[in-house]
Amino acid sequence: MTFLPMAASGGEVPVVEPIAATGAFSLMWLLIALPLAGAVVLLLGGRATDRWGHLLGTATSFASFGLGVYLFVEMLGLGEEERQHGLRLFDWITAGSFTVGFDLLLDPLSILFVLLITGVGSLIHLYSIGYMAHDERRRRFFAYLNLFVAAMLMLVLAGDFLGVFLGWEGVGLASYLLIGFWQHKPSAAAAAKKAFVINRVGDMGLSLAIMLMFVTFGTSSFAGVSAVAGEASETTLTIIGLLLLLGACGKSAQVPLQAWLLDAMEGPTPVSALIHAATMVTAGVYLVVRANFIFENAPVAQTVVVVVACVTLIWGAVIGCARDDIKKVLAGSTMSQIGYMMLGAGLGVAGYAYAIFHLITHGFFKANMFLGAGSVMHGMDDEVDMRRYGALRRAMPVTFITFGLGYLAIIGFPFFSGFFSKDRIIETALLENPVAGVAALIGAGVTGFYMTRLMLMTYFTNKRWAEQAHPHESPAVMTVPLVVLATLSVVGGVLILGDWIKYWLAPVVGEAEEHSTPVPPIVFSIVITVVVAIGVALAVFLVGRRDVPREAPSDVSPLTRAARADLYGDAINEGLVVGPGRVLVESVTVTDAKVVDGLVEGTSYGIGGLSGRLRRFQNGFVRSYAAAVLLGVLLVVGALLVVTLA
Amino acid sequence: MTPYIVLSAILFAIGAAGVLIRRNAIVVFMCVELMLNASNLALVSFARQNGNLEGQVAAFFVMVVAAAEVVVGLAIIMTIFRTRRSASVDDASLLKY
Repeated sequence: MTFLPMAASGGEVPVVEPIAATGAFSLMWLLIALPLAGAVVLLLGGRATDRWGHLLGTATSFASFGLGVYLFVEMLGLGEEERQHGLRLFDWITAGSFTVGFDLLLDPLSILFVLLITGVGSLIHLYSIGYMAHDERRRRFFAYLNLFVAAMLMLVLAGDFLGVFLGWEGVGLASYLLIGFWQHKPSAAAAAKKAFVINRVGDMGLSLAIMLMFVTFGTSSFAGVSAVAGEASETTLTIIGLLLLLGACGKSAQVPLQAWLLDAMEGPTPVSALIHAATMVTAGVYLVVRANFIFENAPVAQTVVVVVACVTLIWGAVIGCARDDIKKVLAGSTMSQIGYMMLGAGLGVAGYAYAIFHLITHGFFKANMFLGAGSVMHGMDDEVDMRRYGALRRAMPVTFITFGLGYLAIIGFPFFSGFFSKDRIIETALLENPVAGVAALIGAGVTGFYMTRLMLMTYFTNKRWAEQAHPHESPAVMTVPLVVLATLSVVGGVLILGDWIKYWLAPVVGEAEEHSTPVPPIVFSIVITVVVAIGVALAVFLVGRRDVPREAPSDVSPLTRAARADLYGDAINEGLVVGPGRVLVESVTVTDAKVVDGLVEGTSYGIGGLSGRLRRFQNGFVRSYAAAVLLGVLLVVGALLVVTLA
Repeated sequence: MTPYIVLSAILFAIGAAGVLIRRNAIVVFMCVELMLNASNLALVSFARQNGNLEGQVAAFFVMVVAAAEVVVGLAIIMTIFRTRRSASVDDASLLKY
């Protein structure tokens, strides 16, 4: 292992040293190829594949999941040093001595993502068969879902930042296509464009970071960069880290690039569950954890990650408290939970494993709750306003119970998955960075509040249904994924038993030194649980004890009003970026129209006018021509005389 | 020698004035011939003065050009007169801006 300076949090930063993949591991490209083939067949096959397209899409996803499980089991049987498998499919870019290979890397970190993406992805494919049953463009929907899964797997399996970028753009494309899937709705088309444009800002950060790596290290592969990252100047590493963070902010909807996520809820609900809750939006966390060899050597960038994370986790939670649209509440919650993951990732070696742990448990319970919300909407004629729900627990028992389990997981009810994952992050934050820890603690209380509010408004309190609404339970194809995900939400915490996930990820992210905590860990858990309980009790007190009005009350505090407007995220973008940009563009347009065009057109008008005058000399009278000739001769002769005589 | 040159200048001036003042195409044409012959006279005079033949040769060329011009010019004037019943050069002013 190459010598590297000691990182701030202690311990060495591991170097990525993949061994050439052999046996089953050399088939890792199939993980990507299967869903990609599904997408290609469904997109090129056209209407001929309409009847069985959804089945093929689901099958390729499950096949990829099966292979992922097999590889995971294989990897479990290997020693710690043999778990990083590299595979160069072909030379991607060759220019002189400069080569970028199309590298894949399957290591303990990426295999967890493979399982999450293909596992949750397959369940959501299954669910979509029922959810999209009446949509005439269902085949296309499955093609896009397959494309997404392939791109996301490319993102996590790439062994090179350039490969990550390929997947990064691929998931961005799939996200755009799926948010705008119901493109006949202007709001959906606008939301898709908004997501795409804001993501462009983040993507620019990622691409600049990769370019800077090329310049600094001469390579962008994980192996190459991690081997020499410690030798670069800290300034360079800080800039790379901040640019990577910008990319992560765009994809993971972190402040200041958060505004697109709430609008992204215009897409079909399975998309919200898969892309905008469980997988794609967590890509930013993956990027930060994967680039740990950069961030460990750039403490400033790490601090910025923590700041962004804390702002976002409060920001999202506050939005979640005020919205009445069930999907937007969940979107705010997603933003907030990703803030927790970012916080974990920003804490360095001590937090990487917990960030990934929370990412996985969040993938389970948030996908579960989004699909549950979809199931509610399915039974309520696509109503999303929680003020039109109420007392649905009897009408939809399976949805209610599964959603309830997800709810208990997200608020951190003891021994549910969220309890372990969130507690570990808050605990680490309190020890490493007390300010961030307190912010995370408050966020946990707010989470308890808004999730309880959602539960009460949807499943309890008075009926506020629309007149023609006949809520009913969804078909089995939709409830089975719910049950599976709910089970996972409950038992997801097993990953932390005996600190398994910490040791599993240690070869990738390094191992933190054991802290001697000032108080036993159980105290942290108790404090956090009490804070959450206060949030829950507040929600029960404020929302649950009386009838919920059908219309949102208008005499509310300025904070509520701000939260309903997404804390003015759009207004800030409008004021800081869109407005000045528009002024700039307009002034450039005016300059072009008046100055540049004026100069060009003025010249042409001048010449035109002059020639209009001059042509009057061509009057058709022979004698005037003769006079002109004579005059010319006299002038020439006169000039000659002057010259000769002078 | 000077009187010849003066005569030539007077003839040329008369011709030029005729071209500029008269409207009748035939008269204009005759004035053009007058100018050509004025220049011929000057050429011949200078040839005599210089004691060589170059000026006289040039005068022959001018005569040839004048003959050709008469052929073409008169034909044009005839055609214009036939179609327009007028030999006025001011009437034939259609080819303009």
